[in-house]
Amino acid sequence: MSATVRKIQPAQPPPVGSGTRISWLKENLFSSLWNTAVTLLLGWFTVHFTLTVIDWALIDAVWHGESADACPRDRGACWAFVTARWQQIIYGQYPGALLWRVHTAFALALVLPFAFRLARGRHQAGIRATVLVILPVMAMLLLSGGILGLEKVPTDQWGGLMLTLVIASIAIVFSIPLGLVLSLARQSRLPALRLVAVGFIEFWRGVPLIVVLFAFVSMLPLFVPEGRNIDILVRTVIAFAIFNSAYMAEVFRGGLQSVPRGQYEAAEAIGLDYWKTMGLVVLPQAIRNSVPALMNTCISIFKETTLVMLIGLSDLLGVIQLSLEDPDWLGPTHIYGSAYLFAALLFFVFTYSMSKYSLRLENRMNVEH
Amino acid sequence: MTAIADKTPADPPIIRFEGVHKWFGNFHVLRHIDLDVVRGEKIVICGPSGSGKSTLVRCINQLETHQRGRIVIDGTELTDRLADIHTLRSEIGMVFQSYNLFPHMTVLDNLVVGQHRVRQLPRSEAESIARQHLERVRIADQASKYPGQLSGGQQQRVAIARALCMKPKIMLFDEVTSSLDPEMVKEVLDVIVDLADEGMTMMVVTHEMGFAREVADRIVFMEEGCIVEENKPAAFFNGPASEGGRFFLSQVLHYG
Repeated sequence: MSATVRKIQPAQPPPVGSGTRISWLKENLFSSLWNTAVTLLLGWFTVHFTLTVIDWALIDAVWHGESADACPRDRGACWAFVTARWQQIIYGQYPGALLWRVHTAFALALVLPFAFRLARGRHQAGIRATVLVILPVMAMLLLSGGILGLEKVPTDQWGGLMLTLVIASIAIVFSIPLGLVLSLARQSRLPALRLVAVGFIEFWRGVPLIVVLFAFVSMLPLFVPEGRNIDILVRTVIAFAIFNSAYMAEVFRGGLQSVPRGQYEAAEAIGLDYWKTMGLVVLPQAIRNSVPALMNTCISIFKETTLVMLIGLSDLLGVIQLSLEDPDWLGPTHIYGSAYLFAALLFFVFTYSMSKYSLRLENRMNVEH
Repeated sequence: MTAIADKTPADPPIIRFEGVHKWFGNFHVLRHIDLDVVRGEKIVICGPSGSGKSTLVRCINQLETHQRGRIVIDGTELTDRLADIHTLRSEIGMVFQSYNLFPHMTVLDNLVVGQHRVRQLPRSEAESIARQHLERVRIADQASKYPGQLSGGQQQRVAIARALCMKPKIMLFDEVTSSLDPEMVKEVLDVIVDLADEGMTMMVVTHEMGFAREVADRIVFMEEGCIVEENKPAAFFNGPASEGGRFFLSQVLHYG
């Protein structure tokens, strides 16, 4: 047989007309009579629903008022409740003259990720660690006061969104490192360490958070010296951090398992010891792979903070609940709908930002692959 | 090229196995291994899969631990009580079948991390050594890329450079061309041949018989956890002394 030789064809652009918006509509939404009918019907529903919501939430809504009398009809939303109680919903009973401290603390928290990211160069790790410790400590000192001439604000005056954010962020900040340590202990070569870690994780994962909260609030004083009183907020935050560290540990375990055996072997083969192998090779990859699940847990923690209402703290939801029971607002149940919808939106703003941040974090990390 | 003939018979072996046994659970994977390797010698280990070749090589830097017998590396016996296994490992280069580069570091950092964190060299010095070795494996232009952006052959050459940066006394190659696309095998083998010509002590597990013939001072043929034949390459490939060796070659060379 004689050989056949062909030239290499030049690459060509794809055929015209495919991939435009019009053609996409034609192919997907109006390809047949039945498809067109469904598209129109769903379109009508969407428009109708949107208009109804706009009517209720904006056009027929009541924006201002001092009591339930402002919202006699349930045709529109009663935002008057929200505007009248705005300060409690956001800050609880925090003294009005000292709100600048809350704002500054919040600003510090916002600056943290940027400061963390801007740290560059030879002392990167050191700067990051400092930022990670100093900014939260400054924020907490600002909130609680009692030093540097700042007037002390007892935690029973903290409340609303501010309290929700404080509990959630402290719980997250402490449960992540604790969880990481637990996950490492769980895969340790030392059986005792492994046993302790597994026992700890399984125990805290196995009990409902609300039970943990009740137990901490009532039992923790039994374990501290007579006469010492641990702040109820501190107890709550400890309970949250410990409880959630068990979940964090499992998140990191997943991340650790995603790092191939060969990575450990290659690191050991060049002479890295356990801590350097983990710190330089395994954890950077494991943590990167944990980010989606990690953010999932963070969002859970944030939403779970609403449980503190049941042990007498006035978080965002607690304040709304209390205010709704106020004689001024007692009565028409449609006010409840507006109030809780507002709470839901506020929660959503924060959880959605967290999930967006996590996506950005993942993308940034992927660039480095 | 360092000739083995230069060495006196009294020259102590750099690698010595004495009656080494190892089990994976109940599976007896290494059965009474005796083997001496002198400085500068190039050993190719071949044999059917599951015969213990990789395990033997991995015992040398204690990625696997043996349960009976003695392994002595350059005068140091490998035991559980060995205080500084990490320094010893840093003096033994290893290249894996699946490259095992660190995907979150640039090529350059892959080469720097061991020098900087184990050998405690300053970063700038480590980087200049790293660049020399990237040059040597003909891949200097890829230094700032990440491993995932390189071809298999390029990744494996980076892995070799990473091991060489540590100035190893011994190099271990564990089936380093087995997961490469066929057109990339040669670029990797060429680098290893260069290294052999420079007199590096090497233990190579491979299925590349042409390469084995060219580079080896001695062929070690393994079967079911035992070394069943040690031979000069020419003699081995012309007619193995062991029955297992003859069968193995008949299978390997069937289409060759």
